[in-house]
Amino acid sequence: MPYKTINETQIEVNDEGYMTDRSQWNEAVAKTLAEEEGIELTDEHWKVIRFIESDFPEKQAVPGMRRMNKVGGIPTKDLYRLFPNGPIKKAARIAGFPKPVSCV
Amino acid sequence: MSKEPIKKVSIVVSKGSLDGIYPGLIMANGARMEGIEANLFFTFFGLHAIVKKKMDKIKIATVGNPALCVPDAMGFALPTILGAIPGMSAFATSMMKKEMEKIDIPPVGEFIEMIHDAGGKLYACKATVDMFKLSESDFCPQMDRVLTVGEFYEMSADSQIIFT
Repeated sequence: MPYKTINETQIEVNDEGYMTDRSQWNEAVAKTLAEEEGIELTDEHWKVIRFIESDFPEKQAVPGMRRMNKVGGIPTKDLYRLFPNGPIKKAARIAGFPKPVSCV
Repeated sequence: MSKEPIKKVSIVVSKGSLDGIYPGLIMANGARMEGIEANLFFTFFGLHAIVKKKMDKIKIATVGNPALCVPDAMGFALPTILGAIPGMSAFATSMMKKEMEKIDIPPVGEFIEMIHDAGGKLYACKATVDMFKLSESDFCPQMDRVLTVGEFYEMSADSQIIFT
């Protein structure tokens, strides 16, 4: 299992770069993971990350696009603008969650 | 050497039943979620997916659909003659829609909007538009434009073409 060191904290990630132990996640980690995707986190990005955090426990899954829209109140267009080329996957990775498994 | 990822898909939706339309929409939306460019080309009855008056009335075929089972996919097969009872198609459709809702598959109208907002492009087949005598105002606002088959191929340069 590969490791990465962010601000002297070691995080464990899988081969696709998703964190495997969310207890190692913090805001600094999110910031660094976002930079790897070429994203500078703003309040709008944080709203998405916070929604994934709050929603994950219910279904033990990263919310799909529709759930982001309907439950999270985050429009599709915004998600693609904030996390270009793969919004759910990128948001999940930055938020320290596993690779999304939803088809929609 | 790692394999070249798919960059662009053109998906043809040619059938107007629920199971004719959804696979194409799911694949197009899924492509956009992976950062893959997606073009949808609606032809023949598949065109109903982007016709305002039809898009939210898409049904499952209960006649001539030997795979259809009740109460679910593992239940007993529905004889086609029972499928012909008035209201059967609407009933089967509503059952399936409930299941789809549970796994967050949106109704057709909302799905089309989602794909459009995701940057997917939606095109209508010119031959079908002429044959059905449709005009611009019959289509949902997300429909980008009417294309000839030649234009469809031009637009699909460097893309994978998927026929559903």
